Amino acid sequence: MNVNTDIKTYAGFRFITLLCVVILYAPLIVVTIYSFNASDSITTWAGWSLRWYADVFTGPESAKFQQAAINSFSIAIIAATVSTAIATASATAIVRGGKYRLRTPSLALITLPIMVPEIVLAVATLIFFNAIGFTRGYVTILIAHIAFCIPFAYLPIQARMQGIENTYEHAAMDLYATKAQAFKRILLPLMTPGIISGFLLAFIVSLDDFIITNFVKGAGIETLPTAIFGSVKQGLKPNIMAISTMLLSLSVVMVTISYFVSKFDNTK
Amino acid sequence: MNNIAEIAVDVRDAVKRYGEFTALQKISLGIRDNEFFTLLGPSGCGKTTLLRMIAGFEDVTEGGIYLFGDEIKTLPPHKRPVNTVFQNYALFPHMTVLENVGFGLEMKGSSRKDAAKRATEMLELVQLSQFAKRKPAQLSGGQQQRVALARALAPSPKVLLLDEPLSALDLKLRKAMQIELKHIQRETGITFIFVTHDQAEALTMSDRIAVMSAGELQQLGAPRDIYEHPRNMFVANFIGDTNLLEVSVDKIADGCAQCHIGGGLALTCDAVDGVQAGAKVHLSVRPERLILSEKATEGTSLRGVVTENIYIGTDITTMIDLDGGPKMAVRTSNTERGNKRLIEPGSAAFVNMETGAARLLID
Amino acid sequence: MAGGAASGGSVASDTYKNARHWLLMPSWLVLGFFVFAPVCVMVIYSFLTKEFRGGVTWEPTLAAYDQFFFDRGLFGDADPTLQWTYIEIFWRSIWQAGLATILSLLIGFPTAYYIATRPANTRALWVFLITIPYWVNLLIRTVSMKFLLRDEGPMNNSLLNIGIISEPLQIINTNLAVQVGLFYSYLPFMVLPIYAAVDRYNFTMSEAASDLYATKWATLRRIVLPAVKPGVIAGCILVFVPSLGAFLAPDLLGGAKNFMIGSLIEEQFKGNAGNWPFGAAASMILLSMVLVLLMVFAHQQRRAGATT
Repeated sequence: MNVNTDIKTYAGFRFITLLCVVILYAPLIVVTIYSFNASDSITTWAGWSLRWYADVFTGPESAKFQQAAINSFSIAIIAATVSTAIATASATAIVRGGKYRLRTPSLALITLPIMVPEIVLAVATLIFFNAIGFTRGYVTILIAHIAFCIPFAYLPIQARMQGIENTYEHAAMDLYATKAQAFKRILLPLMTPGIISGFLLAFIVSLDDFIITNFVKGAGIETLPTAIFGSVKQGLKPNIMAISTMLLSLSVVMVTISYFVSKFDNTK
Repeated sequence: MNNIAEIAVDVRDAVKRYGEFTALQKISLGIRDNEFFTLLGPSGCGKTTLLRMIAGFEDVTEGGIYLFGDEIKTLPPHKRPVNTVFQNYALFPHMTVLENVGFGLEMKGSSRKDAAKRATEMLELVQLSQFAKRKPAQLSGGQQQRVALARALAPSPKVLLLDEPLSALDLKLRKAMQIELKHIQRETGITFIFVTHDQAEALTMSDRIAVMSAGELQQLGAPRDIYEHPRNMFVANFIGDTNLLEVSVDKIADGCAQCHIGGGLALTCDAVDGVQAGAKVHLSVRPERLILSEKATEGTSLRGVVTENIYIGTDITTMIDLDGGPKMAVRTSNTERGNKRLIEPGSAAFVNMETGAARLLID
Repeated sequence: MAGGAASGGSVASDTYKNARHWLLMPSWLVLGFFVFAPVCVMVIYSFLTKEFRGGVTWEPTLAAYDQFFFDRGLFGDADPTLQWTYIEIFWRSIWQAGLATILSLLIGFPTAYYIATRPANTRALWVFLITIPYWVNLLIRTVSMKFLLRDEGPMNNSLLNIGIISEPLQIINTNLAVQVGLFYSYLPFMVLPIYAAVDRYNFTMSEAASDLYATKWATLRRIVLPAVKPGVIAGCILVFVPSLGAFLAPDLLGGAKNFMIGSLIEEQFKGNAGNWPFGAAASMILLSMVLVLLMVFAHQQRRAGATT
């Protein structure tokens, strides 16, 4: 299509798009590059080196970061698992439960954590735990995470379930399957990509969370984001670059997997 | 003053290729000013592609397009003084009917007020004045179609392009719109280029028809011409019903060709340029041009056995197996038949045709 | 995304309706207890008295809200004059969030449009490319931005080396840094709804406009934009709301001079100097603003749905 007949294209839009992509990736790429900086300071470049990665694992702060990493990952796995299970059950009720008065309020409640600004949620959770006398620590972080991960797990699952026609389950029931069996043997397997997608999303969201975690964690415990934040407040050090690079690579990998999984259509 | 009609749109050797695929293969045709010109053909034949090339939405791979003598193929659509009525109407949903119709004028520089005035006139022309303030979504399909027409006519284009505008309407509405479109074309004098796959529609409305298939122009002519003197098998088959017979040409003399069908049955028909003696070609003869009789008559009279009589109300179609194999259909109107008895299936009968009734086809 | 969730799928399907209450119970319990209840408790706390070491005593009062709006002097007994400090902070946050939204729109709209007009196979790739950064930890993204924009950071260094500037651009700790940070944090939220809207747009209408003598830019202004308006508004809200309550960008990139609502609230709950009811009150005010915005948005969506 030459320019004259193409009524869709606008001059400059492609440039802005490329600019947009550059802006989005530049800081991340720069941090990744500087994580391999051999120099002591973060301002001067002194060649390629893996020393800061080594520092993360063996340096003076390594114990703190390792404990933080253990906390982060364990909380993320548990929170993602629990919230995905809850989300799957809820999606089944909302997408395949017919029409009833509680449906819209249930949906509203499930998406509530996304609608409310995160800091408001953080304050509310902190106040709540304080009011019921629950000491802040690992468990409070875990509970808070489970709660706000539910909508993130829910949305891909609902999307997937909506895309599966209920003729398959009806066929199963026509062939003498009970509803429970139809669910377990037909719907659940077909929904697996959506469930995996939801799990991965919930996992990343939990792993990455800062604000809510910072509020409800109390003094004695750190997760990776809060540890990183604390360290940054004292000054940007090169080992932060290394941790950041590792974390962001993990996020990219998980999202990519989630994307390909969700594209996998096992009804064809 | 001369009688040569001015050529409104001149397509010269236009070719359209999409990568490996050729949509239009060297089309040349001239559309006259003030005429109602139709591009007719099955889907995929390239008629819409050609229309869009004239409108400016597709570029011309090779060849040229001239509007009243000026080359337009390099002009973007908004610079061409042609307007289009789209198949799905493409009315702007967020504007009122009046604003839609006035849009082209505003874009050309008219003030809102002037555009509204002209738009009101156009709405009167299509009898939709009372819907001026409504939004398109509140109108029926037929009404939307008329708004689309008014919108395209409002800027007084030199040529109006219509891309299957009636295909979404039900039969009764479509017939009414056909009459109305013809009427508007006569009144405004604008050249209409109309695209359709419906051959009956084309025959009803057009001054001239260009029949297209697989990217090529098959035949161009007035409706009667195309119907009665089809050039090739495609045209003969696509327009109306016809009987196709394989014939061998024995002799050509005095403008008449004498042929025979397999089985030895002889017939005479008009000679046609491009068909020589000795050729094996197809013959097309319309069922309504044939006359059925119980006894042989003078001229071409082919013997056969009646297999079926199909009664429609206005006429009867009789299916006959000729001696020697080929099957034919003969249509007799019921007024023509009068009170004569039907020839029952199984009985012998003769199919008679006058010399000018059949047409030799080139391929 | 929000639109799809709101419809919740086809109601014709009721295969598991017998079990639906059991199925919904876990989410009701967890979310009811740990999201809904906390918000209610927060409302209550905003009406209580603060305790010295943080926390509250159970004495209902309007002191927190009062403190927000009025200045009653050092000892609390002077005549109330309008306290601008906190109002100013809120106003500045609205301003910053607004500017970040406009910046996102200026860059996000062309991007979304461009992506939506790519051929189908590359389109998915572009969308993927735009959304990946969102899934990287916001803290890390903000830290990366901070690193990049520092006075001695790579951006300044390369600009100095090339010779475009002679002194480092002081970006960190300015309003601009915060806006860039907010824009960077939430840009994908602007791109995606607009992309979805342009994807649904029928380009035959652009053809019709062009056929009727509209130049490409006139077509954009008069035909395309009105048609994709719901997507644009959705994008603006999805950027504005989180920006309003943001904490990380103002804190890490803006410094002390750029106090925003998020930092104000956070401060109330740090250590012993905090004022919990005041923090709760500020959160309530923020929440109310967001709810009003969301209701306006929902109303507008319903109206837009009715006329298309």
